[in-house]
Amino acid sequence: MTLSDRAVRFGLKPVVFLAALGPFVYLVWAALTGNLSANPLADLTNETGVWTLRFLCITIAITPLRKLTGWNTLIRFRRMAGLYAFFYGTLHLLTYGIADRFAGLDEAPGWLDALGRGSLPGGMLVLSTARSLATSIGADIYKRPFITIGFSTWLSMTPLAATSTAGWIRRLGGKRWNRVHRLVYLTPALGVVHYWWLVKADVSRPLTYGAVVGTLLAARIYWARTRRLAAAPVRPATRA
Amino acid sequence: MLIKRPADIRSSEITDQKLYLNRREFLGATAATTAVVATGVLGTEAFLQAAAPAPHGRKLENVKKSAFSTDEKPNKWEDITTYNNYYEFGTDKDSPSMLARNFKPEPWTVAIDGECNKKGNMPLEDILKGQTLEDRIYRHRCVEAWSMIIPWVGFPLADLIKKCEPTSKAKYVEFATLNDPKQMPGLRSPVLRWPYVEGLRLDEAMHPLTVLAVGLYGEVLPNQDGAPLRLVVPWKYGFKHIKAIVKIKFVEKQPLNTWQESAPQEYGFYSNVNPTVDHPRWSQATERRIGEFLRRKTLMFNGYGDQVASLYTGLDLKRNY
Repeated sequence: MTLSDRAVRFGLKPVVFLAALGPFVYLVWAALTGNLSANPLADLTNETGVWTLRFLCITIAITPLRKLTGWNTLIRFRRMAGLYAFFYGTLHLLTYGIADRFAGLDEAPGWLDALGRGSLPGGMLVLSTARSLATSIGADIYKRPFITIGFSTWLSMTPLAATSTAGWIRRLGGKRWNRVHRLVYLTPALGVVHYWWLVKADVSRPLTYGAVVGTLLAARIYWARTRRLAAAPVRPATRA
Repeated sequence: MLIKRPADIRSSEITDQKLYLNRREFLGATAATTAVVATGVLGTEAFLQAAAPAPHGRKLENVKKSAFSTDEKPNKWEDITTYNNYYEFGTDKDSPSMLARNFKPEPWTVAIDGECNKKGNMPLEDILKGQTLEDRIYRHRCVEAWSMIIPWVGFPLADLIKKCEPTSKAKYVEFATLNDPKQMPGLRSPVLRWPYVEGLRLDEAMHPLTVLAVGLYGEVLPNQDGAPLRLVVPWKYGFKHIKAIVKIKFVEKQPLNTWQESAPQEYGFYSNVNPTVDHPRWSQATERRIGEFLRRKTLMFNGYGDQVASLYTGLDLKRNY
C-alpha cells in the first residue's frame, strides 16, 4: 500500500510529530502534578536522556527497516526522528545544567529571590552566574568522564541538526552531506557509553541499548559492504 | 572447465524457491523479535508513575525522644517509602515500594555468631525485650548525592551487642541481609553479590549514634525501608545501612561489604560522608535534599563530626574511603 504524498505530509507526519512530543508532554505534566518520584529533577534528567537514546535508535533503524519491509515512506520520517533525538538531547543537557550544576552554585539563591519577588535578576548576578556555571560545567566535563562523553554525544548531534534541511543537502551536495551525516553512527555509540558509565551497578539497560545500536550499525556495515562488492566490475574469465 | 554449465548444477542443489522468497520474511521476523524483546527489557522503565506509599502499620508504644535527633523537618512519608535503594527488590527507586508489598517481616530471627558468648538464634521479640525505643530523627545521605531527614524509631546497637557478650577477639561486627529469592525478586539478578553484607568497626557499632531501627514516624518500619530490623549509622553513606538483618557476627578481620566487593575503587569499608573525597565518577561536595531545588553543601561526617570525628583521628580518610 503506497500512501499518497498528501496523506503522508498532512496526515501521517503530523500524527507522528505529535506522538514524538508525547514523552515531553508527559514529563511536563508529571512534574507539575507531582507524579514523578521523590526526586523529580533526577527523573527529568534520566528520562530526557533515555528518550534521546530511544530516538537515536529509531533514527538509525529507519533505513534497515525500509530495506527489510520495502516501505519507502519510512525514509520521510528519518529527519524528524533525528531532530527529535536532538530535541530530547538538548533538553537532557539543559536539565543537567540546571538541576545538577546551576542548583549548586552560590549565585543560585539570588535567582530564586529575584524570581520570588517577581523581578529579573540584576546584571551583576547574571554575569557572575554565567561565569560560575561555565566553570562548573567545564570542570565537570574535565573531571567526570561520563559527562565528557555525554557532552561529546550532544556535540556530535549539532552538525547533524544544523544541516538537516533540504537547503543544506543542496549546499553541501549529496555526497558531502552523506559524509557529514555518517556522524550518526558515532552518536548512539557515545550515548550508550555515557549511559554505561553513569549507572551504579545495574548495566542491563545500557547493555540492551548497546545490543540494539550494535545490531543496527552492524546491519548498515554489512549492507555497505555487499553494495560495494556488487558494484565491483566483473573480471572476464581466464583461460579455462 | 571452471564455469559450470547450467546443466552441471543438480536440481537438488537449487535452493527451494519458497525458502529463497522467505528469506526477507525471516529477516523481518528476526528484526521484529529483537524489537519486541528490546522493548520488553527497556519498556520496564518506560512508565514513571507516582509509586504508592507504604500503608501505615502498627503504632509503636512508649517511644522516647532523643537528644541525638536533629530539629530539621523530616521528609514526607511518601518520599521515604517510595524512593528506596533496596536491590533485593529491584534496582529502580520505586521497585521496592511495589515489590516488597508481600514481604513477611514476621516471624523474624537473627543469628548471633562469631567471637561472642551468646551464639544462637535470637527472635526479634527477645532482641526487643526490655528495650526502650527512641525517636532518632537523623540526616540520611546516599552515596548518590541525595539526602533526606528520616524519623527512625530504634534502639542503640550497643545494647544488643552487650547482650551478645563479644569476646576480646571481636574487632568488627558483620551483618547480613535475608537472602530469600521467593520473597525478593531482585535476588534473581546478579547485580550485586548476595547475600548483602555490611560491617562496622566495634567502636563504630558501640557508638551512641548507631541504632537498629524498627520503626518510622512512630510506626512499624515499612517493608521497603528494611523491615523488620535495619542498621542506621548516620555519619556514613546510606549503603552501610543494611536492611532486613538476619545475621550479626563478631569477627576479627574487617568484613568485605557488598558494595566494596562490587566496585572496590568506588566504595570502601568506612564510607564516611566526606565532601572532600569524591566518588570516582561524581563529586560528593554537594547533595540534593529531597524536596528542595537548590543543592546543599555536604557536611563532613554528615554533620555528626562533633560526635564521631574522634573515632578517626590519624586515619587517612582519602585512602580509607
